[in-house]
Amino acid sequence: MAASGNFALWAWLAPAVSFLLLSLIVPLRRSGKPAAWLSIVISAGALSAAVSAWRSAVPDMARRILWEWIPVEDGVLTSVGVLADADSTLMLILVALVSFLVQLYSLGYLSDEPPASLGRYYAYQSLFAFSMMGLVLAPNFVQLFICWELVGLCSYLLIGYWYTRPEAARAAVKAFWVTKAGDVGFLIGIVMLWSRTGTFDFSELFEMAQGGSEALTGLGLVMFCIYLGAAGKSAQFPFHVWLPDAMEGPTPVSALIHAATMVTAGVYLLFRTAFLFEQAPEVLAAVGWIGAFTALLAATLACVQRDIKRVLAYSTVSQLGYMMAAIGAGFAGAGFLHLLTHGVFKALLFLAAGAVIHAVGTNDIFAMGGLARRMPQTFTVFLIGTLSLAGIPFFAGFFSKEEILGATWEGGLTVPFAMLVVAAFLTAFYMFRVVFIAFLGAPAGSAASAGHGSAHGSHAPGHAHDAPAIMTLALWVLALLALVIGVGFAFSHPEAEFAAPGWLTPLAVGVAVGGIALATVVYALGWISSEWLFRRFALVGEAAMERFWLDDLFALVYRSGILGVARIVGWVDRYIVDGVLNVLSAWTLTLGDRLRRIQSGQAQDYVYGIALGVLLLMVWMRWPR
Amino acid sequence: MTLQAYLTLAAMLFCIGLFGVMTRRNTIGILLGIELMLNAVNINLVAFARFLGDVSGMVFTVFTICITVAEVALGLALVILIYRIRRTAVADHLDLLKG
Repeated sequence: MAASGNFALWAWLAPAVSFLLLSLIVPLRRSGKPAAWLSIVISAGALSAAVSAWRSAVPDMARRILWEWIPVEDGVLTSVGVLADADSTLMLILVALVSFLVQLYSLGYLSDEPPASLGRYYAYQSLFAFSMMGLVLAPNFVQLFICWELVGLCSYLLIGYWYTRPEAARAAVKAFWVTKAGDVGFLIGIVMLWSRTGTFDFSELFEMAQGGSEALTGLGLVMFCIYLGAAGKSAQFPFHVWLPDAMEGPTPVSALIHAATMVTAGVYLLFRTAFLFEQAPEVLAAVGWIGAFTALLAATLACVQRDIKRVLAYSTVSQLGYMMAAIGAGFAGAGFLHLLTHGVFKALLFLAAGAVIHAVGTNDIFAMGGLARRMPQTFTVFLIGTLSLAGIPFFAGFFSKEEILGATWEGGLTVPFAMLVVAAFLTAFYMFRVVFIAFLGAPAGSAASAGHGSAHGSHAPGHAHDAPAIMTLALWVLALLALVIGVGFAFSHPEAEFAAPGWLTPLAVGVAVGGIALATVVYALGWISSEWLFRRFALVGEAAMERFWLDDLFALVYRSGILGVARIVGWVDRYIVDGVLNVLSAWTLTLGDRLRRIQSGQAQDYVYGIALGVLLLMVWMRWPR
Repeated sequence: MTLQAYLTLAAMLFCIGLFGVMTRRNTIGILLGIELMLNAVNINLVAFARFLGDVSGMVFTVFTICITVAEVALGLALVILIYRIRRTAVADHLDLLKG
């Protein structure tokens, strides 16, 4: 019985149908709203198929539906299909759910867009849903890599959705370049792995790992190459620079691609191939250290941002660092659990931020203020998301975050554990900084908001109100889900892979409450001025304001490295390649000029020539040999 | 009379014609030289036809004579036209093909 696989297959192929319809039937795409509804209805169908796939999935038993794809002399090089088990179908639900809600929400968020653009947006959304589900269900590295690149393409297209804005176009190219840098490593890693084992298939590799195959020893370099791809996609240090810039895209896109699903593909990859990473403990340790460092670095960066979406973007980078740290500690399940809960509450936060941006027309939190009264529904769901992210008990993020902390402790990564605890403190701090400034603080004067008008026109903050029902519906679904998960875990949480020490829960809650308290003291009560606090941490603060000079470093490497090579290539092209051609053509010209002199135009000279030629031929014929 | 005698005569006639073609300044002189060369060829053809007993040589000669007539008529017409346009028939002055 392969019902689970069948449902998963339907869920995967449904968005492909809507993408093909939207991309091939031009009038449908240009019609805007009908195109949007088609895509939404199909993604709802995909969601129900995904739920069915998960319900019929049998634990510890993978359902596979495969088609042979690239036949070679002895068998099949690779196949294409779905690999449905309890984990992949759970991830499938997350993708389908967030995808469906975001598409629904976008209908309200992008209601001012021209119909043709809206149709284009939904075509991209459908392509993304198809690619992401293909990635989640991939039974082998080849399909995974293809879908991996496809989601990267969709990310590029959707970041650059407002392609007439130069920042958006630049951010799209930057995202594409930086992730591509990691993907090169990923591709090399896959090929190296294949040359050792002769297979791309996850199940076969798993059996080899179980059987302690010789081919899987000393995989360090291979797994590091594969990790590079995951680091690029999941915005790990130092590849995280693309994610904050990716916020130039529409906010629902940020929620779907750059918070809930695509950026977690790297974590999912590591979770999926954890049995391979276990063969290379040194790489796993590097994954853990880099993850924890990323979490801390991004958390400090988030503390100094003024742009609400950038705060959330750095927070996403930070949470991805958490997941990576757990995987690095050897407990991939904890990372995956956080991936799922994070997908729910971070999508919620982004969509709520989108509702705020839609209402006030600016991203600057200091230009908002006092939104809690005017947008009570948005405030409530944003608060739920914030509490989840901060790791407060009975909210979705609490349990998974604590499990990650426990995993790094159990995994023996003491320093990364400390980093993560500090990052947890900062997480609570910067999220409540946003809550206090944007939602609870004094309403910003009209002077403060002047000059911050964005693409959505100039709604004054004073007239802000809750988003239309179609948008708030998505918010409430996610908010309730975050609560249900949180409360559900509190009563019956999945069995942990390890025994966490007893002091962990008080510590996790303590740092979260501490961060909230500090934010309250600074931004709500005003006992400590934020300038004073900033001066106390001037060194870190200044560095964070400059994004730790990482973007400058990348620019420098780009200028001196790539542009330097380009200059050398340009010189070779100009002076050696072109030079040879120029010399040849100059010689041809001179030779032609000399040769034309023998064309005297005198008919009798030609007769001389012919006679002489005939004479020479006769002599040559008669020459004794 | 041997074949060699005829061939020698034809070769001498050919050379005289060639000399004329190469040295005459007047275009009509050049045409005359060409006639001599063609007739040298005719002598060759007839001589071979006679000594090999093959009539096709004779037939070829008749063809050659016909073509020669046409050629002379055309050549003289060209010379007259050139003279009308350029007021000269001296070969040295006709160098329009100079590269």
